[in-house]
Amino acid sequence: MKELFLRDIRVAFSSGNNLVTNLMFFLAVIITTPLGIGPMSDVLSHISAGIVWIAALLTVLLGLDQLFQTDREEGSLDVMVMGTDLLALALIVFVKCLAHWAGTILPLIIASPFFALLLNMEWAAVGATVISLLLGTPAITFIGAVGAALTITLPRVGVMLSVIVLPLVIPVLIFGVSAVYTLTTGTLTPITPLLFLLALTLFFSVLGPTAAATTFKYMSE
Amino acid sequence: MDSMKEMTKAKYSWWKELVGPLQFVQLSEKILPPLYIITIIVLTVALYLAFRAPIDYQQGITVKIMFIHVPFAWLAMLCYTVMTLSAARTLFSYHLLADAALKTATPIGTVFTVLALITGSLWGKPIWGTWWEWDARLTSMFILLLIYLGIFALSRAFENEETSAAHAAAILTIIGFINIPIIKFSVDWWNTLHQSASILRRGGAAINTSILIPLLINAFAFTLVFVTFHLMAIQNEILRRCVITRQRIAARKLPETDIS
Repeated sequence: MKELFLRDIRVAFSSGNNLVTNLMFFLAVIITTPLGIGPMSDVLSHISAGIVWIAALLTVLLGLDQLFQTDREEGSLDVMVMGTDLLALALIVFVKCLAHWAGTILPLIIASPFFALLLNMEWAAVGATVISLLLGTPAITFIGAVGAALTITLPRVGVMLSVIVLPLVIPVLIFGVSAVYTLTTGTLTPITPLLFLLALTLFFSVLGPTAAATTFKYMSE
Repeated sequence: MDSMKEMTKAKYSWWKELVGPLQFVQLSEKILPPLYIITIIVLTVALYLAFRAPIDYQQGITVKIMFIHVPFAWLAMLCYTVMTLSAARTLFSYHLLADAALKTATPIGTVFTVLALITGSLWGKPIWGTWWEWDARLTSMFILLLIYLGIFALSRAFENEETSAAHAAAILTIIGFINIPIIKFSVDWWNTLHQSASILRRGGAAINTSILIPLLINAFAFTLVFVTFHLMAIQNEILRRCVITRQRIAARKLPETDIS
């Protein structure tokens, strides 16, 4: 499992092209929003956490089709599906999700404080956004694994994948953004939404890989 | 002992016969004509009762929207539950009838969800003063619509691979079922704009019987509408599959023709 994780990480970073493209897209969403709504700094500062979260969500959704694509093209996915039982396959998918998260989303989260400066974000909000992204985005990858598995045989994956994954990740977005807003407005403690995010991530870390493994098993029949 | 075995065997064969796709079509052909008549009669009576029901002293005539809004919302969730049961059957072991039930229920459920959202919006404008509010119940209902559309798109994206499409749609349906309890309890968990449960709750319904009874009859009438549409759609889907299968068999039997 460790070898698989390291291999996937290496694959993710070896094509540095992919990483730069993801960061560019993330930045593009963040800078087009102020241009679209007008550069009023107080408005921007108020909605900045939402913009960063939406940018992260869109970047993750666009990158999801890569999750199993390389393995499918080189044939190792078939070997994994045929050679293992359901639980072992679910574990493989889980590890692949973690590697994908570390390879594509973690760099975005590390870069997000710098991009937050463009949005006139408060320092406390920056910290809360980073923590909420760290806790919440794995859930998006785990749900996305189901979508990627369901659409893997389809010719045009991109839009279909986003359409079926988006409704399921809305709760993650809601709790992620509310964690930051409760902190900045000071009305409630941000611990509750953060715990909800953690709960969603843990819940989908079981459900997502299991459902994706089930999908592979059915599709290979 | 032997008689019991025979009985279970008889029961099983009866069930098998019923769920055989073509037997199902024959049966539904027999059931549908009287069902049309019953549905139309019950729906007419239900709508008449809804018009006769007393007007609310606060909401005025707009309370009438509730008589169709609530059944639409219930049916949107009932339809999803039917789809989830079909999905479980599809994953357990593939059956054409379960596949057809899931595939054909999706557009019906989508329409009921849209109608619930539209009627709710029409009611919300005079009463709440807004067409739309990001309240917990409204948001979760909107997510249900997106899930329906996702299943709709996915189940029709696989060309000429009916079993793959059925399995994919079934897995997505079962995952999306998480949303149904969230819709039901959203009004209790988040205390936002939409009123809380007033019929299925502890201590009995909080609605006067003069309104509750027409509402329940309306719910029953629209359930009949749903059953009728769903039966018609399943029948069509099975016949469509039969045609496709026969076309494939016929194509295989064709003598090799010289294309050039």
